[in-house]
Amino acid sequence: MKSNTAELICPAGTPAALRTAVDAGADAVYCGFQNATNARNFPGLNFTPEEMEKSVAYAHQKGAKVLLAINTFPPAGKFDLWKQAVVAGAKMNVDAYIVADVGVADFVANNYPEKRLHLSVQAAASSPEAIRYYCESFGVKRVVLPRILTVPEIRNIAGEIPCEIETFIFGNHGLMVEGRCSLTNYITGLSTNMDGVCSPAAEVKYERDEAGNMSTRLGPYLIDCYSCDETAGYPTICKGRYKVAHRDEGFYAFEEPITLNLSRMLPELMEAGVNAFKIEGRQRSKAYVRRVVSAFRQAVDDVRDGNEPEFADLLALTEGQKQTEGAFKSKTWR
Amino acid sequence: MKLTMGPIPFHWNNETRVDFYARLADESPVDTIYMGEVICSKREPFFRPLQEEVVARLERGGKTVVMSSLTEVMLKRERKMMSEICDISAREIEINNSSGLTQISGKKHRIGPMMNVYNEATMGYLAGQGATHFSLPVELPATSTRLLAQAAGELGVGVEVQVFGRASVAISARCYHARAHNRIKDNCLFVCEKDPDGMALKTLDDKDFLTINGIQTLSHSYVNLLAEIDDLAQMGVTHCRLLPHSQDMIVVANVFRGVMDGKLDVEEGQHRLKELDIPAPFSNGFWYGKAGHLNIDLSMT
Repeated sequence: MKSNTAELICPAGTPAALRTAVDAGADAVYCGFQNATNARNFPGLNFTPEEMEKSVAYAHQKGAKVLLAINTFPPAGKFDLWKQAVVAGAKMNVDAYIVADVGVADFVANNYPEKRLHLSVQAAASSPEAIRYYCESFGVKRVVLPRILTVPEIRNIAGEIPCEIETFIFGNHGLMVEGRCSLTNYITGLSTNMDGVCSPAAEVKYERDEAGNMSTRLGPYLIDCYSCDETAGYPTICKGRYKVAHRDEGFYAFEEPITLNLSRMLPELMEAGVNAFKIEGRQRSKAYVRRVVSAFRQAVDDVRDGNEPEFADLLALTEGQKQTEGAFKSKTWR
Repeated sequence: MKLTMGPIPFHWNNETRVDFYARLADESPVDTIYMGEVICSKREPFFRPLQEEVVARLERGGKTVVMSSLTEVMLKRERKMMSEICDISAREIEINNSSGLTQISGKKHRIGPMMNVYNEATMGYLAGQGATHFSLPVELPATSTRLLAQAAGELGVGVEVQVFGRASVAISARCYHARAHNRIKDNCLFVCEKDPDGMALKTLDDKDFLTINGIQTLSHSYVNLLAEIDDLAQMGVTHCRLLPHSQDMIVVANVFRGVMDGKLDVEEGQHRLKELDIPAPFSNGFWYGKAGHLNIDLSMT
């Protein structure tokens, strides 16, 4: 499914961000309801049913699609909440569901066979066989690939699956296999898979000592400690500094705080068969969404028109002003 | 309830593995043993030449052996390993990655703990495709386990809960053992072999935190649901899983078997587990829907 263009899929954490993304040129936005049914269940984010209805109308009026993320794993006893989200999405005429749980996928396929199903990155489908399983079982039309594959590996997958491919191109650099991470639950009692929560703000503490060093904690655990000349980051477990017996100093045992930025690889990714580019960041501000979406809109259009894409400086928007092409560039990342 | 030994998650050398399985065959009250490399495809060739003989010995000892698949399947060799597991017909197989589900085509199989079976709808769907047994995610609380055990009873399938050993709390494509030694996965030189229970990760203020095992991150604490065994039995859980560690697993197995059979009281069992000098606290927080690292003592409340 090679193409010389790709859809631009943009984050919408709030109705205002949705309008901003649509106005800045998003082909589609992804968003979720204000509950555990989506993987960004943070206070102050996401949509009430009324907001969703109005937002879908706004997006459709401007020619953009709305992809509803229902991409967590309902624990037994709570499945109805996920069903309600699917039913509400259908009534509001969303363009597709992004799902991860087999039971939720089956519910959509049985009750709304006409709706597009996208396989969330939370399903961790990283091989042609895994992706084909979801396509054959539930009619999945697009897979969001985990951020762990190189471009040649993506090209190989594209040749072996019957659905479209969406990849992340900008934003948080997810390290753990999504949908298989219980780090937050181990520390806080809130589960990423079941509650849609990663490093909940209510458990976060920033403490400055007399020397000016800033400690960041999640629950009872120290995640990082920054000297005066460093910028303190949000304490996400997989971005913290820790110690092991054979090293003298603490180090980023998993990954440093860094932003994935594949802007220079867009032509290569399109050539490899990627049909949609996803910008991460439903928790980000309107201003951020506007700048990132505008820059990538221009770039995708440039590639389509055969021009060399140019970028407004996205570096200023990256985490700690550090960026990476991660696993996409080279398998030495692993 | 039956007692099972999960697959060895760590990179133990062949001698250790052979001894471990020999003792399981001869001395342990374990019913079912899961065999196979589930974490890193690079480790798999080491034990492969010995595996068939070890399996045969376990089966002569009256044990059921189930072949477990990899958890992460991405590279060509990993895809090949999964196809090979799915081709096995002499024994039961446990699928730990959805790439296996396209390849079992109606054949009976077990669903491993990494497969995210959180609800009855998912369990029912997979049972309809031939799954006969479900190991539940380690983070699933008792409230949901009860409902899934009930559903499993109605479907006539087995349901298994990890009752001992470190909890798997994350999987990545990156090898953190290699990274900690300034290497990458492709030139790791198998540094993970030095850490039979994983590599301890401490916070900057020296608090025990997590455990690294190649691409896997485990808890520091050892899950211990000995005090909850009666609850598990009552709610219809059919199998209790122990995760292999370097401590004396025969003692662990005997303690759990003893409590399951009502021949050993929980307090005495806990005492025997403590005598193993496990270098980490016990935890059961996930079971109670709390932070996983916590150890909730209901007798204190």
